[in-house]
Amino acid sequence: MKLFQRTIRDLHQMLLDREISSVEVTESVLGQIDAVGEKTKAYLLVTRELALRQAKAADDRLRAKRDVKPLTGIPIALKDVLCVKDVVSTAGSKILKGFTPPYSATVVDRLESEGAVFLGKTNCDEFAMGSSNENSGYWPVHNPWDLDRVPGGSSGGSAAAVASGEAIAALGSDTGGSIRQPAALTGTVGMKPTYGRVSRYGLIAFASSLDQIGPMTRDVVDAALLLQAIAGHDPRDSTSSQKPVPDYLSTLERGVKGMRLGVPREYFVAGMEPAVEQAINDAIKLLEQQGALIEEVSLPHSDVALPAYYIIAPAEASSNLARYDGVRYGYQAEGAKNLIEEYMLTRQQGFGAEVKRRIMLGTYALSSGYYDAYYLQAQKVRTLIIEDFKRAFEKVDALLGATSPTVAFPLGAKTQDPVAMYLNDIITIPANLGNVCGISVPCGLADGLPIGLQIIAPGFREETMLQVAFAFKAAADFRKLQSPLMKAAA
Amino acid sequence: MAIATRYEVVVGLEVHAQVLTQSKMFCWCSTDYLVAPPNANTCPVCLGLPGSLPVINRRAVEATIRTALALNCEIPEFSKFDRKNYFYPDLPKGYQISQYDLPFSRNGHLEFEVKGEPRRAGITRVHLEEDTGKLQHEGAIEDAQSSLVNFNRAGVPLMEIVSEPDLRSADEAREYVVRLRAILQYIGVNNGDMESGQLRCDANVSLRPVGQTEFGTKVEVKNMNSFRAIHRAIEYEVERQTEVLESGGRLVQETRGWNDARGLTVSQRTKEFAEDYRYFPEPDLPPLEVSRKWVAEIRSTLPELPAARRERLIATLGLSPYDASVLTSSKPTAEYFEETVRLGAPAKGAANWILGDFSRLLNADRKEIQDASIKPAHLQQLIALIDSGVISGKMAKQTFEAMYRASDPEPALTAAKGSSQISGDAELAGIVDQVIAENEKTVADFKAGKEQALKFLIGQGMKLSKGRANPQRLEALLREKVS
Repeated sequence: MKLFQRTIRDLHQMLLDREISSVEVTESVLGQIDAVGEKTKAYLLVTRELALRQAKAADDRLRAKRDVKPLTGIPIALKDVLCVKDVVSTAGSKILKGFTPPYSATVVDRLESEGAVFLGKTNCDEFAMGSSNENSGYWPVHNPWDLDRVPGGSSGGSAAAVASGEAIAALGSDTGGSIRQPAALTGTVGMKPTYGRVSRYGLIAFASSLDQIGPMTRDVVDAALLLQAIAGHDPRDSTSSQKPVPDYLSTLERGVKGMRLGVPREYFVAGMEPAVEQAINDAIKLLEQQGALIEEVSLPHSDVALPAYYIIAPAEASSNLARYDGVRYGYQAEGAKNLIEEYMLTRQQGFGAEVKRRIMLGTYALSSGYYDAYYLQAQKVRTLIIEDFKRAFEKVDALLGATSPTVAFPLGAKTQDPVAMYLNDIITIPANLGNVCGISVPCGLADGLPIGLQIIAPGFREETMLQVAFAFKAAADFRKLQSPLMKAAA
Repeated sequence: MAIATRYEVVVGLEVHAQVLTQSKMFCWCSTDYLVAPPNANTCPVCLGLPGSLPVINRRAVEATIRTALALNCEIPEFSKFDRKNYFYPDLPKGYQISQYDLPFSRNGHLEFEVKGEPRRAGITRVHLEEDTGKLQHEGAIEDAQSSLVNFNRAGVPLMEIVSEPDLRSADEAREYVVRLRAILQYIGVNNGDMESGQLRCDANVSLRPVGQTEFGTKVEVKNMNSFRAIHRAIEYEVERQTEVLESGGRLVQETRGWNDARGLTVSQRTKEFAEDYRYFPEPDLPPLEVSRKWVAEIRSTLPELPAARRERLIATLGLSPYDASVLTSSKPTAEYFEETVRLGAPAKGAANWILGDFSRLLNADRKEIQDASIKPAHLQQLIALIDSGVISGKMAKQTFEAMYRASDPEPALTAAKGSSQISGDAELAGIVDQVIAENEKTVADFKAGKEQALKFLIGQGMKLSKGRANPQRLEALLREKVS
C-alpha cells in the first residue's frame, strides 16, 4: 500500500512511530498528483514548495515530539474558496484570477497551527455554485471512478483529490450539498457541520446564512479528526457558535445499538435511481442489524426546500458578489469608457453563466415589490423546514437517506438544463436550510459508480452523526471502495 | 413677503454623525481618517476583501442607544443590521451595512427654541451604519482623468438621525441642528465638527399651500457643512421652489447639492426612477437583543443635557432664556461659563463677556473656547476689576483683547491691575480723611482697642477708591491717623 492511499489515522501512527516522515508522505501524494492530476484536473494550483516546506517543519515537530497533533505532517487539499495567505485564491472564478489574499481563513490558520501540510487549491464550481464542477471558471474536474463523468460539486476538486489519492483529506464547503453530494459521487466521506460550528472567516462567501466548511476524507475517523481541528468559536465570525466542541473521537465507536434512526419518506424522491434506492435500503437494513431501531418519519416541507433555497442562496449571493467590481482587486476589464461600463464589462467578462444567472435571480428576488413574495416567503419556508427537523428529532436520534438521487452522471449531460442540475441537491439542501448537520458515507456501487448514504443529525450533534457513520462503516466493507485511479497505483 | 403666506415650508433633516470610537464599526482598524496617510487604516474587513466578515463594535451600539435616549426615543428589545445594496467605488463591499426596518431606536423628539418660541421636532429614528471611503478626483469631477479611493473612512461608525418633517422654516432647521449638535457633544458621541464632515446634514425641503395636509414634492438638499450653509440652502430652496410653483411649473423629486461659493443648489440626480437598494437582513451578523438592563445602564450614565442645563442656569443664576440657550448650545462654552461663575464672577457679567467680545474674537479666529489662552480664572479676575471699579469698561475691553492675543494672559491682567492703582500718600490722605469722618463710631471702637474695626475702615477706603487704593499704604495711613 502506498502512502498516499492511507488514512490520516494510519499516517499519524506511522509518523509517531517514526516509520515514515511527513516529507515522504507529502512526496508520495505529490507523486500521485503528477501521475493522475492531468486526468482528474482536481487542482487549480498545487503548492508544491509550500507543502514540502511545511512537511519539513512538521518533521522537526515530530522529531522534537513538540506539540504533535493528529494532523501534524498530513497533506491536505483546500477548496479554492478558502483564502490562504499569499496563495492565489479564486473561488474557481476568473474574476478573482491571480487574487492573493493577505490573510488566511480561520480554518486554514487552525490547520496550520496543527502542523498540516497544504497541497494546494482544489477546483470547484465558480463561487461554489454548481453540482458537477462544470461551472468552474477554469476547467471541469473528472471523476476518478470514470473520467467521463462529473465528480459532483461544488467541492468536486476536493472530492476527486481525496478519491484519487491526490490528497489524504481535504476541506470543502457546503451551501446546499456541495460537500456531501461530491463525496457521494466519488465514494468518499463528506461532512457538512452545523451552521456555526466552523468559522466562515476567510471562506469566500456564496450564501452567508448557509455556507459551512467541512471535512472530506476517506474514512469516518478522519472526518472526526479533521472536524475536531477546525470546529469552535471564532471571534472574527459573529455567526460562529460559542457552544463547546465535544471530543468527537471519544464517542465515535459507541455503535448504534438502541439508537432510533428515522427514514424520511420524502427523501425517496421521484427520479431516484433504483440502484441508489436499493443501496440505501440495504444500508438501513445493515444498521438495523447493528441494533438500531428504524422508523419511518416525515419531513413534510421537503418538497419546497429546493425552491426556497433557490431564492435565499441567490439573494445572498447577489449581494456577496457585488464586491467584484474590478476597482480594488481581481479581474478588471480593459477599454471601459466610464465607471458604469467598467463595472458592466468586468462582471460580464469575469463571471460565468451560472453565477450571472444566480445574481440575476437573487437581485430579482430582493427587488422592491418582489421581496415579500420571494425572499420573505422563502424565509418562512425555511422556518417550516427547521420545524420539520425539530419534530422529527423529537422521535429519532438521526435521519437516514440517500445523499444524491443518482450516481455520477456524464460530463455535459445536464449543463444545458439548470433545473435538472439543481435537482441533484434536492435531498442535501434541507440540512442547510434546517440548521442541522449531515454526512455522506459510501454505501455501495452501481455499475462501478459510488453511492452515498446521508446521515443527518440535529444541530450541534455531529458526534451522533459520526457515531452512526462509524458504525455503518465498521459493518460495511469500505476497503473495496477505492477508485480505479487510486487502485491502479497500488 | 407675500409668497411666504401662500406656501408652508416643510423640512425634515437627516443628520449623519460619526461616532467617536477608537476602532471602526466592524473591524479593529483605527477611526483616524483625517490625519492618517491614505489607506493606512484599512484591513481585509473594511476593504471588503473576499471572505472577510464584520464584527459589531459594541461601543458604537452603546453610543447610538445613548443618543437615542438623549433624544427621547424608544429602544426596541430586538434590532438587526441590514444590507443596503448599491455600486459605488467608495463602497468596498457593494453594500453598506445599515439598519432598515428594525433600527436601534424610534419615536423620539427634540425641543428647541426659535426667537424665544418653543418648538418641538419628532425624531423618526436613530440608526447605526458604516461610513464609506472617500474619492479624490484628479481635478474637477466632471473632467477628472482619474480618481483615487481612500478607504480610511470606510467602516467608521455613523449614526443617522432622521427627523419628522416637522420643521417649518430655515430658522427652525438651523436651530434644530444647533441643539442636536449640542446634545451629541454633551453626551460625548460626536465632536460636532461639520467642516470635516464628522457631522453632516441633508435636508428634505418641500412646499405646500397653506392649509393643505398632504406634502408637496420634496427635494433632498445635500452638501451643507455649516449652520449657515443649512440656513442659506433651505432659504434658497424655498425661494426656488416658490418661483417654480408661482410660475405654474412642476417640481421634480430630486437630489440637489448646495454650492456654498455660488450660493445655490444644483440638481445632482432626479428620482424619477426610484433607487432600489434591495435591503435584506445582514446574514453575517446575528440579530441583537437589546436588554432592558443594558439600556438602563446606558441611561444611568447620561450627563445633564443642554435643555436641563439651560433651565438650571435660568432658575439658579437668573440668566435670560436667550443667554442660557446660547451658552448651553456648546458644552465647552457652558462649562467655561459655569467655571467662571463658580470662581466668583457674577452670572450676568460672565455671560456678557462670553457671548460678546469673547465669541466675536473666537469666531473671527475660528477657534473654540476651550482652545483660548484666557481661562475662566482670568476672566473672573478681569470682571472683578471692572466691578470694583479698578478699570473702566473701555479699558477692560482693551485688556481683554490683549489677554486674548497673548499666549499668557497674566501680564496683561497684572498690568491692568497696576496701572490704575492709587499709591500716592497725598491722594490716599483724602480718602483716609473721608473714611474717618464718615465712620466715627468705628474709629472710636478701634481706639478702644478693637483691632477688627480697622479692617472695616480699610474696606470702606477701598470702596471709596473703587478698589484702586493700594491696600498696604491705605492701612498704614489709616493706622497713623486714628492712633
